[in-house]
Amino acid sequence: MNSLVNPTAPGMHDAPGQPPATRRRLALSSARAWLACAQWVVTLATCAFLVVPVAMSIIAGLTVNYFRGAASGLTLRWLDQVWTQYHSSVFLSLEVAAATLVITLATGVPAGYALARSRTRLSRLIEELLVLPVALPGLASALALLVVYGGFSAFRMSAAFIVVGHVVFTLPFMVRPVAAVCASADLRTLEEGAASLGATFVQRFTTIVLPNARPGIVAGALAVLTLSIGEFNLTWMLHTPDTKTLPVGLADTYASLRIEVGSAYTILFFLMTMPLLVAMQWLGVDVPGTGSKRRNAGTQNENKDSE
Amino acid sequence: MHDLTFPLRWRVALVAPALAVFLAFWLLPMVALVQVSADGHLIETYRALLTNGRYMKSLGATVALSAAVTAATLVISTICGLLLARRAFAGRRALVALLTFPLAFPGVVVGFMVIMLAGRQGLIGALSLRLTGERWVFAYSMAGLFAGYLYFSIPRVIVTVMASASQLDASLEEAARSLGASSWRVLCDVIVPALAPGLVAAGAVCFATAMGAFGTAFTLATDIDVLPMTIYTEFTLNANMVTAAGLSIVLGLVTWAVLTLARSMTGGAVAATA
Repeated sequence: MNSLVNPTAPGMHDAPGQPPATRRRLALSSARAWLACAQWVVTLATCAFLVVPVAMSIIAGLTVNYFRGAASGLTLRWLDQVWTQYHSSVFLSLEVAAATLVITLATGVPAGYALARSRTRLSRLIEELLVLPVALPGLASALALLVVYGGFSAFRMSAAFIVVGHVVFTLPFMVRPVAAVCASADLRTLEEGAASLGATFVQRFTTIVLPNARPGIVAGALAVLTLSIGEFNLTWMLHTPDTKTLPVGLADTYASLRIEVGSAYTILFFLMTMPLLVAMQWLGVDVPGTGSKRRNAGTQNENKDSE
Repeated sequence: MHDLTFPLRWRVALVAPALAVFLAFWLLPMVALVQVSADGHLIETYRALLTNGRYMKSLGATVALSAAVTAATLVISTICGLLLARRAFAGRRALVALLTFPLAFPGVVVGFMVIMLAGRQGLIGALSLRLTGERWVFAYSMAGLFAGYLYFSIPRVIVTVMASASQLDASLEEAARSLGASSWRVLCDVIVPALAPGLVAAGAVCFATAMGAFGTAFTLATDIDVLPMTIYTEFTLNANMVTAAGLSIVLGLVTWAVLTLARSMTGGAVAATA
C-alpha cells in the first residue's frame, strides 16, 4: 500500500533510461524545498511577532527603569505595587469566570446536545440566534443591557451584572463545540441501543451523551473561562468602581500609570491565565496533531520529505 | 424522522434554559435598544445617522480595517497551521504552545503588546533608529490597530486550521501526488478546498471580532477613528444615548450582513459542516 501511494518509492520513477522523470522530480523537490522554507520563515516570523512583545513586557515589569533598560537593575517593586493596589480585581475576575462557567455548563451543554440531535428548522434557527451576541459587537449588547437593567440598581451595582453579560457572550462557545461533538458521534444509534436495553433518558444522558461530549465540553469550558477572564468590550461598559475586573484594571493602568507598572500588571495577568490554560490542556483538550493517528501520518510525511 | 429515544418534551426541556437566558438578557435588551435608538421617530433618526459624513467615514474605516485583518490573518494562519499540523519535528509542541498562548489575551493586553513593539519606547522604534536614523512609531494609529487585531486573531485561526488540517484525508493528497501533481497544485486543489469551510467560519469570526472590538483601540489611542470608539465617545463624553444606540445597531447590522454574505457565497461548503 505504502509503495503504491509514495511517489518516490523505488520502482516507480527510478527505472533506468528515464532521465526526464528524474529531472522533473529534482525540479519538483527543489520547488517543494522552497515552499517549505518559505513556510518556516513565515511561521517563525509570526512566532516572533507574538512572543517578543510578551518577553519585552515581562522584562519591563521587572526592571527598575525601562527607559534606561535592564542595566538599571531588576526589581519586584512594581509587581508588589500592582498586587497591593489591584489584587481584588484578580479575585473578582476569577469569581466572575467561575460563575459564568457554571451557568454556561448548566445551560449550554444540554442545549448543544439537543440542538445536535434534532435536525428541525426551528433548532437551526435557535442555533443561529444563540450566536448573535458573538457576531454582533459587544458594545451593542452592553448598551442594551444598560437600557433594560440599568435601573435595577442593586443588580446594576453587583458583579452579577457582569456575569450576565459574560454568560450571554460565552454561551455559544459552549453550545457549538458540544453540538459539533454530539453531531459527529452518532449518538442516536448508541442511544437506541441503550434504550432497547431499558435505559431511561437520564441514564442515557449521563452514561452516553456526557462521556461522548466530553471533548466538546472541555473545549467549551476552556473557551468560556479564557473569554470571561479576558472580556473587556462588555465589561468596560458594565463595570462600576466596585466591580473592576482584571482587564478593566489593566486598561486603567495602561492609561494612567508608568510603563513598568502596566508591564507588572500584565505579568500578573500572564501568571494567572497560563496555569489555567496548561491545566485545561492536560485535562484533555486535544491539541490537533498529537493523537496517535496523526503521528502515523506525520511519520509518513517525514519519510516522503527525507527522500 | 421520528426519533424514539429523544421525545419532544426532553428537547424543549434541554433547550429552554439556554433560550431563556438568551431571551431575557440579549433579545429583550436588544429590542429595547432599538426602541431607544429610534427616539420616537425611527426613520428620521436613522436618516440623520446614515447621512452623517463623520459616522459613515468611521464605519467605512472599520469595515476596511476588519476585512484587511481577516485576509492577512487567514493567509498567515493557514501557512503556520499547515506547518504545525502536518510536520513532525523536534520542538513542535513548544512552537504550537508559543503560537497559541496569546489566545487568552484580551484586547487591552494586545494593545499593550503593540505599544511594546511599535510604541514610543518600542522595539521597532529602537531598531529603526539604529538602522535608518529614524524612529518608527506607528502604535497609536490605524497601523497599530491593524497589528493589534492581527496579533489577536492569528492564534485563534491557527487553532482552527490545525483542527481542520488534522481531519484531512491523507489518501486524497497521496492520490494527487501519485498522479503527478506538484506540491503547489496539491495545496490549491486538495488542501485549501478541504480547509475552506473551517477557514470561512474562522474568517467570519475574525471579521466580526475586529468590527466590534474596542479594547485594543481603547489602549492605543482614544482618537483612532473606528466605529466602536465613536460609539463609546458618544455614550460617555457626549452622553448621547440615542446616537450611541443607533450607531451600535448600524454596526451590528453591517457585521451581520457581511457575515451572511460570506456564508451565502460559500453556501454549500459551510452548510455541509454546520
